[in-house]
Amino acid sequence: MKRFVLFLPLILFIGLGAFLYKGLFLNPKAMPSALEGQPVPQFKLLTVTQGDRVVTKADLVGDYYLLNVWATWCAACKAEHPYLLDIARSGVPIYGINYKDDLDAASQWLSHYKDPYQFSAFDVNGQLGLNLGVYGAPETFLVDHQGIIRLRYAGVVDTRSWKVKFMPLIEDIKREMAESKA
Amino acid sequence: MIPELGSFALMVGLAFAICLSIIPLVGVSTSNLTLVKYAKPLTFGMFVFTLFSYLLLTTSFVNDDFSVLYVASHSNSHLPIQYKFAAVFGGHEGSLLLWVLMLTTWAGALASSSKNIDDAFVGRVLAILGMVIVGFMLFTLLTSNPFERLLPNVPLEGRDLNPLLQDIGLIVHPPMLYLGWSGFSVAFAFAIAALLCGRMDAAWARWTRPWTLAAWSFLTIGIALGSWWAYYELGWGGWWFWDPVENASFMPWIVGTALIHALSVTEQRGAFRNWTVLLAISAFSLSLLGTFLVRSGVINSVHSFASDPSRGMFILMLLGITVIGSLTLFAFKASALKGTSKFELYSRETFILVGNVALVVATATVLLGTLYPLLVDALNMGKISVGPPYYNAVFNPIVAFMVLFMGVAPIIRWKKNKVGTFRSELGLIALISIAFGIAFPFVYGGEFIGWVAIGMGLAFWLIVATLKNAKNNITSPQGGYDLSRPTQSYWGMVVSHIGIAVAIVGATMVSFYETQLDIRMDVNDSVSLSGYEFRFEGMKDVAGPNYSAKQGQFRVFEGGKEITLLQPERRVYRVQTMGMTEAGIDSTITRDLFVALGDPLDNEAWAVRVYVKPFINLLWIAGGLIAFGGFICMTDRRYRAKKAANKTELPPLSQPAVSNA
Repeated sequence: MKRFVLFLPLILFIGLGAFLYKGLFLNPKAMPSALEGQPVPQFKLLTVTQGDRVVTKADLVGDYYLLNVWATWCAACKAEHPYLLDIARSGVPIYGINYKDDLDAASQWLSHYKDPYQFSAFDVNGQLGLNLGVYGAPETFLVDHQGIIRLRYAGVVDTRSWKVKFMPLIEDIKREMAESKA
Repeated sequence: MIPELGSFALMVGLAFAICLSIIPLVGVSTSNLTLVKYAKPLTFGMFVFTLFSYLLLTTSFVNDDFSVLYVASHSNSHLPIQYKFAAVFGGHEGSLLLWVLMLTTWAGALASSSKNIDDAFVGRVLAILGMVIVGFMLFTLLTSNPFERLLPNVPLEGRDLNPLLQDIGLIVHPPMLYLGWSGFSVAFAFAIAALLCGRMDAAWARWTRPWTLAAWSFLTIGIALGSWWAYYELGWGGWWFWDPVENASFMPWIVGTALIHALSVTEQRGAFRNWTVLLAISAFSLSLLGTFLVRSGVINSVHSFASDPSRGMFILMLLGITVIGSLTLFAFKASALKGTSKFELYSRETFILVGNVALVVATATVLLGTLYPLLVDALNMGKISVGPPYYNAVFNPIVAFMVLFMGVAPIIRWKKNKVGTFRSELGLIALISIAFGIAFPFVYGGEFIGWVAIGMGLAFWLIVATLKNAKNNITSPQGGYDLSRPTQSYWGMVVSHIGIAVAIVGATMVSFYETQLDIRMDVNDSVSLSGYEFRFEGMKDVAGPNYSAKQGQFRVFEGGKEITLLQPERRVYRVQTMGMTEAGIDSTITRDLFVALGDPLDNEAWAVRVYVKPFINLLWIAGGLIAFGGFICMTDRRYRAKKAANKTELPPLSQPAVSNA
């Protein structure tokens, strides 16, 4: 019986080791994506550039589109901006969510760096961001024709992440649309 | 040519290590002393070739040999020379080679200074170290060879060292940390050797203890330097983040602390043997676990190396073999004998045991906090992260509880103590400490804060009780003082314990009384914070050897008098085009003034972060004191006693009434 006690550390370690082994195959950087497969939450907000126009979920239109969370206080957003311009030029609609920001700074940013967005909802309280489960900026959501969030991507969108993360899903969405029509 | 030679030298080192892990053990089991005596020359050979290999990698860095992949990705011809030396261990592969070099250095040091230990035992210890080293060398050569070439397309320039690492703190921090981590391998090897030959006696503890103290002291310095670096270089203004990688270095330290105390009990009283062996295995296992966590990418951290599952798998295998092997050995061979000496409730054994248990519980809480996100993820229960609130809530009370006992343990006697004596010696000090603790937050900050009262009261208690005990010990029976009455290791204990108290003061003060402003400042704006006025006088462009920077000019006034000019920088490193914040800090012992630049705003205005941090420097001073105490202990005369005397149980060298840490 006394011997048994001496085996305890060994048993404890083997249990721990099993978890460590499993941990090797997990990716700690993958964010939880509770909203993937869920519809975009309702909102009612002013925009950054269009005076007193009020936008809601109904204003988000397109076969598929991006929701991009950005702010002027976010350095990575600046890095991301050129890619967003490219993507917008290629015909994908992008809707901005200007997250917890200053209105003047935000509109200056858009006039200075050019505006890739259909519009940018001015989410000064971060309520929409909260409903979307935003960790920080930049974050980008891919939404399909039914208003369902297909991908939540935290970090800078660039050529590589666009190709690897977004393109395959966009192909899926296109295929699904073709099938539903047929 | 040089890289190939480096690779080859490491392979020769590996061959030595393989021989080292086999030949002496064969010698021991066949009672062939000649074979046993091969252990030392093999160790030296292994050390020399590893060192050679490391120097060759350094040469490749100094020569800007960008045909070597590792050099090309971590250096640049414009990198200042001191950082080229640091860049050698600035990435995964090179730092692993440094690990191996440190391991072989410890083995070499042991082989050259073990004349007082019997040959068969040293042979076993070195053989076990050899096995550990074989594991790490294979890991280096098979998965992470730093000498790998980038042929035929040799880049003209290297990608440069990560700017975060281009800093004096980073030149010394990793070697110290690795010295500490790898140093626990010696204690581990001693423990395994003791299990193998069933020799867990006082002599074994006496041999192990100085090595453990050395590793522990280096680890202390490494952790303190890391904390200092994070403080002034990361520009976040914090000094401890409970980041998984910080925890990875901290856990072996806590267990190492428990180990040096348990060893002192085993050494002086012959008690706690199994416990001591288990701690020695744990300390090294936690060092390996730390390596696994940092290098496998299983955990998200600011420190992580580029992760690679095949590497993670290899370290997990190493960890598994080491820990499962040693714990199985422990389970079968741990001494079934009861300790030879008995002790009662009021005895130093009890107090050290309580301290030990507190330290182990503290380690367990940190381990749980570090692995919890991984466990939850592995069980598909979602993603979470464990932050400072958890650690503050769990870790601090345990430490507070332990410090209570720390004050008493040096005073109370071994084996048995009359309850009355230490009550009369410490009762008054305890009362004053409580009063001091309660009064302090009122006097200093004008309002009562519970944790401040506890922290300051405990620090006061620890310092005064320790000094009171020291005074008792230097008072000779005839009256008068004699500093040489207690042993040298006793003084080491005094210094380290006071270091802990100093650390508690620093941590308490800076956590509860620091002030901070995040503010937008236009040129010639002033802000005042905690009685200091900071005036922003604009930006200057400055150029470094491999970066250009905007340097803010902040004049600081106190009571209308100018005291300093702080020049925080925003640097852009040319090669990696990575922005870096360099804080402007003015330090005195009572406070740091800290200014960091945020982002540029419109009209020459900047987002600025200003801190006044009271007594933060006590933290690094404390690190120095704690480590210094360890070194004092380690060099005690009794650890250099002659071999002849060690064949049998030594009588205690000091008078029993005098404490030995």
